[in-house]
Amino acid sequence: MTRLSDLLSERPWALSFAGAGLVWLAAIAFTGGYGAGGMITSALALATFMVIVGVGQMFVITLGPGNVDLSLPANIGLASAVAMTVMNNDDSLVALGLAAAAGTGLAIGLANYLLIRSLRIPPIIATLSASFIIQSIAIAYGRGLQIKPPDGFADFTNAQLFGLPVLALGAILFTVIAAIVLERTLYGRGVLATGQNMNAAHLAGVKVERVRAVTYALCGLLGGLTGALLAGYFRGASNDLGNEYLLASIAVVVIGGTSVAGGRANLPGIWGASLFLVLLLTMLNTFGVSPGMRLVLTGLIIVAVITLAGGRDRTRG
Amino acid sequence: MERALALKPDLALLARKLLPAFSLLLVVAAIAWLNPRAISYLGFNLMLNLAIPIILATLAQMFVMAGNDLDLSIGAFVGFVGCVAATWLNEAPLLGAAVLFGSILVYAGLGALIHWRNLPSIVVTLGMSFVWQGLAILVLPDPGGAAPEWLMAAMGFAPPFVPFPILAAILIAAATHFGLMRTSYGAILRASGGNAAAVARAGWSLLRIRMTLFGLAGLFGVLSGLSLIGITTSGDANIGAGYTLLSIAGVILGGGEFVGGRVSPTGAVMGALTLALAASSLLTFLQVPPDWQIAANGAILILVLAARVLIGRGKAA
Repeated sequence: MTRLSDLLSERPWALSFAGAGLVWLAAIAFTGGYGAGGMITSALALATFMVIVGVGQMFVITLGPGNVDLSLPANIGLASAVAMTVMNNDDSLVALGLAAAAGTGLAIGLANYLLIRSLRIPPIIATLSASFIIQSIAIAYGRGLQIKPPDGFADFTNAQLFGLPVLALGAILFTVIAAIVLERTLYGRGVLATGQNMNAAHLAGVKVERVRAVTYALCGLLGGLTGALLAGYFRGASNDLGNEYLLASIAVVVIGGTSVAGGRANLPGIWGASLFLVLLLTMLNTFGVSPGMRLVLTGLIIVAVITLAGGRDRTRG
Repeated sequence: MERALALKPDLALLARKLLPAFSLLLVVAAIAWLNPRAISYLGFNLMLNLAIPIILATLAQMFVMAGNDLDLSIGAFVGFVGCVAATWLNEAPLLGAAVLFGSILVYAGLGALIHWRNLPSIVVTLGMSFVWQGLAILVLPDPGGAAPEWLMAAMGFAPPFVPFPILAAILIAAATHFGLMRTSYGAILRASGGNAAAVARAGWSLLRIRMTLFGLAGLFGVLSGLSLIGITTSGDANIGAGYTLLSIAGVILGGGEFVGGRVSPTGAVMGALTLALAASSLLTFLQVPPDWQIAANGAILILVLAARVLIGRGKAA
């Protein structure tokens, strides 16, 4: 048991990958091996979206206790509508639409930061208030709008290369870049330092406020981009598109071994935890459990996993 | 980090204490100005129709926040209680009562789990929100059921001169104020949010305090769900969906803070009343289109927080 806990404290993300593997084995044992490969392909595609928002949320959570972005679901909903409107069912406008979605997310992230900074309120309530306003904008803006993606964009988001989703390959590249940014750039080290001790970081010359602003902006941008990609993948934008990403974005960060107390991030864990969550839902679907039971089991398993994996830090909130 | 000190410290403190009452009066005054006929026995009864369950859910959140935690599952829990009340409590009162009592124990158990494993409460309660919602769907798959007669009778009580919601608000505020602000254990409960280490060193069990706070949250959640079903007369798994955000906003409007055990039962009741009035009546009288009503709630929250900063306490964040 001590061996295991040693391994886990050195590589906290190992647990999430092991969990994903176990869940996958349980699912294919149930189907008798049928659809084992397809399950991984679709899980990778769905995990991609969780990874992208999860990385954004991870940077925010790493800023320290109380830092969390609760506006992601509203952000995703609004950005998906903006992207589809700008693309206007025309494949030549895809890049513009993606830029518009990213810009929407970026603006939301900056607005979040301005609320936190100017009103000096905890991020949790700032992003919550912001999400109310974004939701309303999305409802008012979304009335009678073009919500279908152009065919080319929809095909691209569903495309596969050697049986692997193209989006997932892109997301793997993205996580590698994010890891480099976190570990090897001034900004990334600034995020970690701020999360460990904001005052010490400030005294050591880290531009704490700039780091926080960039982080919230980055998280918003990633949320906006995810909104556009989700609208392509599911072939339509909607205000509810991001609903499941509130719990998911926070859960993958925590299950993946990132410290909720801030100052310690874990990128590989985001992938493990995302695959775990997606495969878990797939497994419950294969078992044919009722929607109510599926919710109960999802919730219980998340609580059980963080009880096992988390709890090493002194944190609250 | 300097505070925008506009007033003398003691004056600022007083102004801050009066802010919840001032917000409430402002909303009532605005309603009176827009629609004088609403300020009547019948008018308040209609406008405050759903105030009692909102007040109770807000107090549930307040107990959790007193210990520096946050309950993101209270809305789903209220929905679950509502479904149990509209089915089992009506058909098999003993079973229904046992289930509701058991759910309060589950809440206390969550407090124990969060304390024992030092878990982040937002993740645990986010996971639990799935569990409660799933259970609600399992108990009552489609909206319907019927509230017990005695519950409807209790909520339909019409005292002379003072509208029932106002009378209930005063009684609930007085009872929780006495319990949390005037008893010695109430002071210990709040102190656990202020300086947990000191409370532990003084010989109090932090585990028991956490369990008490969460158990109280469960109790008030049950009361909120019961009163809600007494008013709506039938159940729906999603009936409490908005209560999580309303309850957090209510505590904050009432002068509560996320950390430090600084909460106020009377403030929370006033915050909940303000939201209940502002969220529906005021916005309707102001002819705010339904699309923008959610945004207006967010804006009200931001305005109150801005007012607090102006009054001269800004460092709590």
